[in-house]
Amino acid sequence: MMKRIVLMGNPNVGKSVIFSRLTGVNVIASNYTGTTVEYTKGYIRKENEKSELIDAPGTYSLKATNRAEEVAVKIFHSSDLVINVLDATNLERNLNLTLQLLKSGKPVIVVLNFWDEVKHIGISINVDRLEKIIGVPVVTTCALTGEGIKNLFSRIDQAKARSYTFRENQRWSKVGHIIQNVQRISHRHHTVWERVLDLTIKPMTGLPLSILVLILSFAVIRFIGESLITYLFEPFFEKIYGPLILKLSSLLKPGMIHDILIGRLINGRIDFVESLGLLTTGLFVPFAMVLPYIFAFYLILSFLEDSGYLPRLAVLVDNFMHRLGLHGLSIIPMILGLGCNVPGALATRILETKKERFIAATVMAICVPCTAQIAMVMGLVGQYGVKGIGVVFFTLFIVGFVLGVIMNKLIKGESPEIFLEIPPYRIPYWKGLLKKLWMRIKGFLSEAVPYVIVGVFIINMLYVLGVISFLGKLSEPVIKGVLGLPKESVGALVIGFLRKDVAVGMLAPLGMSLKQLVIASVILTMYFPCVATFTVLVKELGILDMAKATAVMILSTLIVGGILNLIL
Amino acid sequence: MKTLIDLKEGEKGLITGLDGGHGFINKLEALGIRKGVVIEKKSSQFMKGPVCIKIGACQVALGFGMARRIFVKETGRK
Repeated sequence: MMKRIVLMGNPNVGKSVIFSRLTGVNVIASNYTGTTVEYTKGYIRKENEKSELIDAPGTYSLKATNRAEEVAVKIFHSSDLVINVLDATNLERNLNLTLQLLKSGKPVIVVLNFWDEVKHIGISINVDRLEKIIGVPVVTTCALTGEGIKNLFSRIDQAKARSYTFRENQRWSKVGHIIQNVQRISHRHHTVWERVLDLTIKPMTGLPLSILVLILSFAVIRFIGESLITYLFEPFFEKIYGPLILKLSSLLKPGMIHDILIGRLINGRIDFVESLGLLTTGLFVPFAMVLPYIFAFYLILSFLEDSGYLPRLAVLVDNFMHRLGLHGLSIIPMILGLGCNVPGALATRILETKKERFIAATVMAICVPCTAQIAMVMGLVGQYGVKGIGVVFFTLFIVGFVLGVIMNKLIKGESPEIFLEIPPYRIPYWKGLLKKLWMRIKGFLSEAVPYVIVGVFIINMLYVLGVISFLGKLSEPVIKGVLGLPKESVGALVIGFLRKDVAVGMLAPLGMSLKQLVIASVILTMYFPCVATFTVLVKELGILDMAKATAVMILSTLIVGGILNLIL
Repeated sequence: MKTLIDLKEGEKGLITGLDGGHGFINKLEALGIRKGVVIEKKSSQFMKGPVCIKIGACQVALGFGMARRIFVKETGRK
């Protein structure tokens, strides 16, 4: 059997970065608790011996308090060797887990990460003495720059099992004893900069600052996204790619293949949004409409993640989130969901109770539009400015709030309080940031593009087979009667199951009024998550709870759509 | 007895006791919050919002209800 090595440690100590360094497998790392909620497997090869290396979620102790920690503890028990990663700037608290790991009798090697920061903040640690006291190898690393990784790699085999003899209730005094022997802290005053940064978590200053950060982020994302579209992607598609496709179009005779590949020509020209061909809309939507926003969003998100701002935001919004039966930390799945609902759904694992996870996942799936959905909304109502975009997003926000409040009242179960480590602010390491951005863009391209193309293909088939017009007639009472939309828009709803962004192409030619466009945008976002998100949610919530969540989705969509139809 | 709620921003306090069951105590203990440790209150949010404390080198945010169950003895300003 292959040896199984696991990386264990407190949250946010850099396990994922060390994992990437050792295996070459890229995983997302950020500066907050709970970035890793699922384990990632990789392999390391040493003198022809191949071992499995697992990047486990972080945990403060072997007694798990949430699902991510449960995953970690389970992996730990199945492992043959443990690489225990510690934040050297926080030795005392980190050693608490180390002693628990040592007590288990598994071979352990200890890694003191963030070694470069230690001196910086006036701490000195006697590594040799620490090694002697705990009796297992101790290596120092700075994972971000790669310092010390080679040393760690060569010493993995020296990991030793050492059963420790101490009573559970003496663990902290044991930790205290070790600290006294190996660590010296030279007293240091707070710098001016630290005082300034402290303002971001005090309510009087923190709340206005958080609004500023959010507005600024949104403005920058919109600016970057729109600039990329206007100056790069649209000119490319219109001036370079378009003429090529027109040539192809004249080569192909009108017929089935032409319709599928290129779609309908509109006034003899290709309309990349409305033509609905694989090579036209199928490529234009993911690349020229969504990708620019994906790039802009993840650039800003990665920056916020790596700086350490998100946990502070979690504290500031805690009070508000309690109205929804959640606590501040649930802002993290919501924010991740703005990029893509799939990682958002997975991130609900950092929440402790079933109730919290259900509310967070349902509210996110219904009311948090992913970047592709946002691009769709921009495409539909962007030209109307606040009257369009503003109304759509404001409606979603209100619906999310009301749904949360109702679910909080109706669902039994506990809503625990926030309990969260606030990491120090760090200047994002640009290499790591770019790598993360690239991983996310690659993830989008490899997952979304095939779905869009399949989606466009299916729409064409459904049109040809007459399924869309059949469904249109069937659902007319609801679509037209309740929501006030033309019956042809049912096609967009059908394909929205697969991908929401493609739906723009199907709604755009219907010549709808602003009111109808707003309603269409809102219900397309709300009625159902895309297939990918749905699959993950079934896994996370279980079939029964997902059925309940689906009922909430459909019901609230009809109610909200109906109300909008009446009041707008 | 004073609790974490009664400390003012920037004040330090020695934890004299935790009022709660096993789960509560284990949860706090995992992050080093335990009897006999000195902590510093960094901030508290409006309307019974979370309290931020500094313990050792790290900062932890905890809910108002939890903070109310942590007894402290004031040890003055930093």
